[in-house]
Amino acid sequence: MRIIALATLVAVFLSSPAFAEGVSSEPKHPETQSWSWQGPFGTFDRTQLQRGYQVYKEVCAACHGMHLISFRNLAEEGGPEFTPAQAKAIATGIQVPGLDDKGEPIQRPATLADRFPSPFPNEKAAQAANNNALPPDLSVIIKARAHGIDAEGPDYVYSILMGYVDPPTDEPVLPGLNYNPYFAGHQIAMPAPLSSDGQVTWPEGNPPATKQQMAKDVVAFLTWASDPHMEARKSMGVKVMIFLVFLSVILFFAYKRQWKDIDH
Amino acid sequence: MAHGNYSYQPKNAFTKWLDSRLPIIRLMDETMLQFPTPKNLNFWFTFGGILAFMLVVQIISGVVLAMHYVPHEAMAFDSVERIMRDVNYGWLLRYIHSNGASMFFIAVYIHIFRGLYYGSYKAPREVLWLLGIVIYLLMMATGFLGYTLPWGQMSFWGATVITNFFSAIPWVGESVTQWLWGSFAVDNTTLQRFFSLHYLLPFVIAGVVVLHVWALHVPGNNNPLGIDVKGAADTVPFHPYYTIKDLFALVVFVLFFSYFIFFAPNFLGHADNYIPANRLVTPPHIVPEWYYLPLYAILRSVPDKLLGVVLMFGAIVVWAFLPWLDRSHVRSYRFRPVSRQLFYVLAVVIWLLGMLGAQTPDGNFEFYFGIVFPISKLFLSQICTLYYFLHFVVITPFVSTTEKALPVPESIGTAVLSKAGAAPAAAKG
Repeated sequence: MRIIALATLVAVFLSSPAFAEGVSSEPKHPETQSWSWQGPFGTFDRTQLQRGYQVYKEVCAACHGMHLISFRNLAEEGGPEFTPAQAKAIATGIQVPGLDDKGEPIQRPATLADRFPSPFPNEKAAQAANNNALPPDLSVIIKARAHGIDAEGPDYVYSILMGYVDPPTDEPVLPGLNYNPYFAGHQIAMPAPLSSDGQVTWPEGNPPATKQQMAKDVVAFLTWASDPHMEARKSMGVKVMIFLVFLSVILFFAYKRQWKDIDH
Repeated sequence: MAHGNYSYQPKNAFTKWLDSRLPIIRLMDETMLQFPTPKNLNFWFTFGGILAFMLVVQIISGVVLAMHYVPHEAMAFDSVERIMRDVNYGWLLRYIHSNGASMFFIAVYIHIFRGLYYGSYKAPREVLWLLGIVIYLLMMATGFLGYTLPWGQMSFWGATVITNFFSAIPWVGESVTQWLWGSFAVDNTTLQRFFSLHYLLPFVIAGVVVLHVWALHVPGNNNPLGIDVKGAADTVPFHPYYTIKDLFALVVFVLFFSYFIFFAPNFLGHADNYIPANRLVTPPHIVPEWYYLPLYAILRSVPDKLLGVVLMFGAIVVWAFLPWLDRSHVRSYRFRPVSRQLFYVLAVVIWLLGMLGAQTPDGNFEFYFGIVFPISKLFLSQICTLYYFLHFVVITPFVSTTEKALPVPESIGTAVLSKAGAAPAAAKG
């Protein structure tokens, strides 16, 4: 019966294997990149995260908030690891809403304890400024864009950033939208955020700020932001796995020894 | 199955005093240490212990998570993220708990199919089997309620879809659904009661597990041969023989579990659940957690909502009748050649239903490797659903009365001694 079932499956499989055909508005599969954090021993590149933060701050932050990230996180282990003084300087350079001594709303310099400010006072204002589209918060954008082990979300965001091309003639782009084949439906409200090389100026010693480099670095930064304890997680995981393998070997021999005089 | 002679003797004045008032040490000694257990149990029989461990893991990690989680529609999502970012080892707790649910279901499915294959549902273990089904139903409810709590898109829309099942009930459906919601839609009231119930149900499960273990200890363990224990030669004391075997299996299982916690913590989840719940945006494709997928496919296989819901619940309830639908005098499918093949067919059908449940309902069936079969998903899920019910309601009663069973060994002891020359069917499986 099992043989018959298998034979039927094989027969159906061989007789007419139709392959999936892409529907025209199906999003293109993201371009696979290699990332430093892939694999059980993967870690972030500190300078890449620092460059990525700068891209976020100077480009993305114009429209996208990251309300789950605090300035102190920038100096924490496993992240961009700015020095506490650098992180403090970054924070004080950014204005956040606060109250003065009389309770009047003011703008004040941020502290390490403050979250990244949102660029718009509320969702309605964000939509009004963006042709009715809401720029999503980027705190967990990498985790929210694909499951998978550690590359699908980064590949997707990278492909979106690099994927702006002229639309094909048979896909007219609606007013206020932009053509991007990696986006579901191919029409995205966000205009190409990385428009030219050298859009961001990095400190001496960093690679040239090409579009591709900026996209990779900001994706690295967003990946860390989605999962700030990734390095701690993987390093603990390696230790736990090694321990459990040893323990299971010992237990296996204990089990064999216990049962050696029993016929079973 | 009191084949072993229990020999608990209180050793000191305190245990003697306690033994004549609350013989709890005696109970532990007799049920967990000396308990005579068939000596031929294979590794498929270790999942009961693994499940007990997983229940404890889920309760402990869950209780700690509940200390930090905020069950409010405006704060739930961010509170889960705060746990993973700012609570010490919060990421570990949360990933243990979310992957632990999947591991719990992997273990329970193996446990159920082991019970099916070796005829563990048959007399005298029917009550044990029924209690197992109650536990499984409670697990389903608990898993669903827990998945709602992070209040992401799949949480919210999953809750909307599942609670809407109840609106299919004639006449009172709408009232029942609103009563469950505590509102006119899934909203903050719903989230708060789901949190409360998600905290409650695991303790109900623990209670039914006690009954399940009690019901196990009356007839004793089934075994791969499916024959009764004839005497002391067939058994070994649970401790140390099965404590060490179960412990070894448990550590291997935890190794598998740890891979997901540390290296693929979101692999078994859905990316959309990291998008905060938004009642104005319906995700293009709402899918439940993987462990509900076969049932989801059965639900969608019929166009009528009420019938779909009835079939879906029926697909679980039908397992409760199995002890009476199977008329065979032989328990283990090792000695039932036709039932054994049908067991694999059923497993394939349930796997196919699972695949169908994960796919969008329209179009042709997508097999692995991008291969699409020239058969519509709807038709295939109808065939599979039909076969699923036929397996239990028609095929099992028919086959169990007509199939010619292979000769069953005299006793566990003799089967074990003659194993060297035994047929492949009796090989350790």
